[in-house]
Amino acid sequence: MADFKDIIKEYQHIPGGIIEAYNAIQKEYSYIPEDAIAVAAKAFKVSKAEAYGVASFYSYLKIGERGKNVIRICESAPCHIAGADEVIEALEKELGIKMGESTADGKFALEFAECVGQCQSTPVITINRKPYGDLTPEKIPAILAEYK
Amino acid sequence: MAEEKRIVLRNYGKIDPLSIDDYINAGGYKALEKARSMGQKEVIDEVKNSGLRGRGGAGFNAGTKWGFSYSTEADQKYVVCNADEGEPGTYKDRIIMENDPQSLLEGMAICGYAIGATKGFIYMRGEYPYVAEIVQKAIDQAKAKGVLGGFDIEIRLGAGAYVCGEETALIESIEGHRGEPRFKPPYPGVAGLWGKPTVVNNVETLANVPVIIEKGADWYKSIGAANYPGTKVFTLSGDVVNKTFFELPTDATIRDVVFGMGGGIVGGKKFKAVQIGGTSGGFIPESLLDTPVDFDSMAKIGATLGSGAVFVMDEDTDLIDVIERITKFFEHESCGKCTPCREGTKRMHEILQKVNGGNGTADDIALSEKLGKVMSRACLCGLGQAAPAPFLTTLEHFKADYDAKLV
Ligand SMILES: Cc1cc2nc3c(=O)[nH]c(=O)nc-3n(C[C@H](O)[C@H](O)[C@H](O)COP(=O)(O)O)c2cc1C
Ligand code: SF4
Ligand code: FES
Repeated sequence: MADFKDIIKEYQHIPGGIIEAYNAIQKEYSYIPEDAIAVAAKAFKVSKAEAYGVASFYSYLKIGERGKNVIRICESAPCHIAGADEVIEALEKELGIKMGESTADGKFALEFAECVGQCQSTPVITINRKPYGDLTPEKIPAILAEYK
Repeated sequence: MAEEKRIVLRNYGKIDPLSIDDYINAGGYKALEKARSMGQKEVIDEVKNSGLRGRGGAGFNAGTKWGFSYSTEADQKYVVCNADEGEPGTYKDRIIMENDPQSLLEGMAICGYAIGATKGFIYMRGEYPYVAEIVQKAIDQAKAKGVLGGFDIEIRLGAGAYVCGEETALIESIEGHRGEPRFKPPYPGVAGLWGKPTVVNNVETLANVPVIIEKGADWYKSIGAANYPGTKVFTLSGDVVNKTFFELPTDATIRDVVFGMGGGIVGGKKFKAVQIGGTSGGFIPESLLDTPVDFDSMAKIGATLGSGAVFVMDEDTDLIDVIERITKFFEHESCGKCTPCREGTKRMHEILQKVNGGNGTADDIALSEKLGKVMSRACLCGLGQAAPAPFLTTLEHFKADYDAKLV
């Protein structure tokens, strides 16, 4: 796994590149390690408070550990009326965790999302930002199996 | 019934999106060449006279906007493409970028030439890394072919914040900050990205530009509604038969979209309501379905065209439950910079939770109506200003649904 220090170095010459760096760190780690904030602050020449402020502003960025495969469930209105709640129930049951939690083996994290731009096939989830549409509770186990 | 007319999606299904040669063989990059043979002011006038208005929601004349940046002197100017596409129910910019990325790049390069910018950014929502890959390949091919000349384009990926679709918040985000909207003026056209004159245009707006330059302002102006010419790409979701996208001339009616192209309601059920323009749009009852979809006609009925999202609900839909969900969206997406929105969206959600749970009173409704009116005037940016619209319009058109849940 690439060290977050090296990733930050790769992006630090880009004006305003701190968000790009955070996105790249998450691609490796699935989250932003706490220590990365101070390193990013130094590299992008902003205060630690600001580096933290940026990381905490965006809902796709998560400071501190979470499961490796991030499952997000769209709960925007079109997905909501198409039965997102049943998909949530199925995911919680299959993984044995509640929304906002990670599995004990560190493989999965379960989070809410707003519209992910795939509203032609509601309800929709994404796993590591890859969309899966037209979901029913029955389809969940097979999809998760791809990541187990 | 209105027929589909593809201008923005002219190449859809006809070319391989990952082949610049296909695009060029289909006439691509001729418009950029033509633009470069014209004066900068001439290009801006052509776009202005075409009547092209922003497809990102605010409906501002694109050429007029370009004119501000053109006439502001600066050592550096920028073209920013707004590909944040955060309005729930909207996926048109994705369809455009996935199927014809070069037309967006060509539109940006034409804008760059017209205002005197050598650098462009595409701010793409963090949910679309797979679209970013396609567009990056397109950029690489365009660079290798040398078609963009000295115009450079870079993609920046967002990280999941609806408010970053607001142009000044988007600029803050490209600069690497929290995506909080700025006070206006100054407008981005004069002082935008890193304080430089910046044109911010939506993907669909920019994808219209090459055709306008190629075929001329008069041709474009003759299509669709006089005050909002051209076509609009609609994306359908909810209880409608054809949950897909359509490009229609702007003189089509809402009924054309929902019942014509959309094929009506799933399972032969009755229509209840349609929300257009995304989650901040107004709810429209059956009696207003013959309204034309153009920007001004929609504004007249207290609705919006917005992004062109069309969210259809059948007779079994619990509208109050949908409104509660929407108020939660705004509470979550409020950036917190200004009080009427930070507090207002929270209280609005609280009240709607109470009402939806069957514990609300007529006083609660009156209070949130007042709150909504204050928010639409007092909030700093469009997020807070538009947040109460779904509640206020359902209260206007579907009052009985609220009454049925009150204690
Ligand atoms: C909360 C909020 C979200 C917005 N989201 C988007 C968006 O996702 N895409 C977009 O093009 N414009 C969005 N806009 C509108 C932009 O601020 C801006 O008007 C637009 O990018 C200008 O481009 P246009 O003139 O080509 O439409 C949003 C505005 C607000 C207030
Ligand atoms: S209206 Fe809402 S989103 Fe806009 S600046 Fe104020 S708090 Fe932020
Ligand atoms: S509403 Fe769920 S993907 Fe758009």
